[in-house]
Amino acid sequence: MLQEATVNYGAFAAIGAGLSAIGGGIGIGRIGGSAMEAMARQPEMQGKMQGSAIVLIAFIEAIALFGVVVSLLGVLG
Amino acid sequence: MCIFAPNFRQGIFNQNKGMQINTFKTFLASLFLFVTIYGCASKDQETSLEEREFNGSEMILHHVGDSHSFHVAGEFSLPLPVILWTDNGLVAFMSSEFHHDTDGKVVVERRGQKFVNLHDKIYQLEDGATSVEFNAEHHPENAFRPVDLSITKNVFSMFLSMVLLMLFFMAAARSYKKSTDNIPSGIGRFLEPIIVFIRDEVAIPNIGSEKYHKYMPFLLTLFFFIWINNLIGLVPFFPFSSNLSGNITFTMTLAIFTFVIMMFSSKKYYWKHMLWMPGLPIPMRIFLAPIELIGMFVKPIALMIRLFANITAGHIIVLSLVSLIFILETIWIAPLSVLFSLFISIIEILVVAIQAYIFTLLSALYFGQVLEQEH
Repeated sequence: MLQEATVNYGAFAAIGAGLSAIGGGIGIGRIGGSAMEAMARQPEMQGKMQGSAIVLIAFIEAIALFGVVVSLLGVLG
Repeated sequence: MCIFAPNFRQGIFNQNKGMQINTFKTFLASLFLFVTIYGCASKDQETSLEEREFNGSEMILHHVGDSHSFHVAGEFSLPLPVILWTDNGLVAFMSSEFHHDTDGKVVVERRGQKFVNLHDKIYQLEDGATSVEFNAEHHPENAFRPVDLSITKNVFSMFLSMVLLMLFFMAAARSYKKSTDNIPSGIGRFLEPIIVFIRDEVAIPNIGSEKYHKYMPFLLTLFFFIWINNLIGLVPFFPFSSNLSGNITFTMTLAIFTFVIMMFSSKKYYWKHMLWMPGLPIPMRIFLAPIELIGMFVKPIALMIRLFANITAGHIIVLSLVSLIFILETIWIAPLSVLFSLFISIIEILVVAIQAYIFTLLSALYFGQVLEQEH
């Protein structure tokens, strides 16, 4: 069953995973860029900014991972 | 690793630049060796399983999934007990009775009931059936799943992590008891900054300095339990190596704990803002209530998926890089794939700590939200 499903839907699932990776990449890149810029402007706030940047990245990553999990389900189910 | 330890100590004490670079080189070299051995080990395992064409996705899915026996090395695997609750009461036997069969061919009979192991799930045959019959979609037709309370690989690994945590924290507690000036020694010195970090950076800013105390035990348990299970998943040899925190039932249980604590500590203010948002026109309030309610359930689901997907993705990436060698059937790709899996493994050490931190932080954030009062 798995074999058959991989042949049929594997490529589409891979495309889906790739698209969600693009979305996550854009989001994380923007957060990282802005956090870097902000830290350069106010180096004394570095610790606080790092913390909130990591949390925001986690939120965006979760959305991207939803996409990956759904693609995985597409392959397995 | 053994070569690296004395050098490391010298490097620290001498504060000598040349020595430090040397130390770093030794460190990298030993890590490289370590990962190479890891790669070789998985090759042996693959060729000895069966003489058939290598199937990467099958190997990976088998590896990230749960199992009724724990593979140790080569041909040897540790059998784990199968415990089932059936109509005729509790049935228990060792998984070695299936003789490594996962295709449902070997039938084990207990208390007049027949059991088979199908893709590491135990099925019970219906009365009168002697072997499994499959329908067109390769689903078993004459078998069903009993209540399975088995100690599988993941459950074994969970017990292991509990014992480890117990040992660490008992040792830390003892060192506090022994010291006269309340300064810990040994492992306590490593654990104290982490506990203080969870208190000062996670609990107090999100929950508030008056109420955080009640939630500290849960947050600390959450952090250390997730962290140690993630780390256990990264170690590639026997008593470790199971993919426990990449199992969706494990993360679901933790997320449900967070959700239940959220519900029980929620205040009137929270529910008012959830169901009947003040300061808005009536149609907008009606429109917002279902959205807020969905949001309430999405929070634990997002917690669950985040941890599950992150850890599983890490395992899948490392395994795919190693299986590249067998898919392309050339040894020349090995240095590249070993280097990449080394790189990913080092990143994963960081990622597993961040994931444990994020799970704890978001739980604290949600507790803070439901505890909010009118200012």
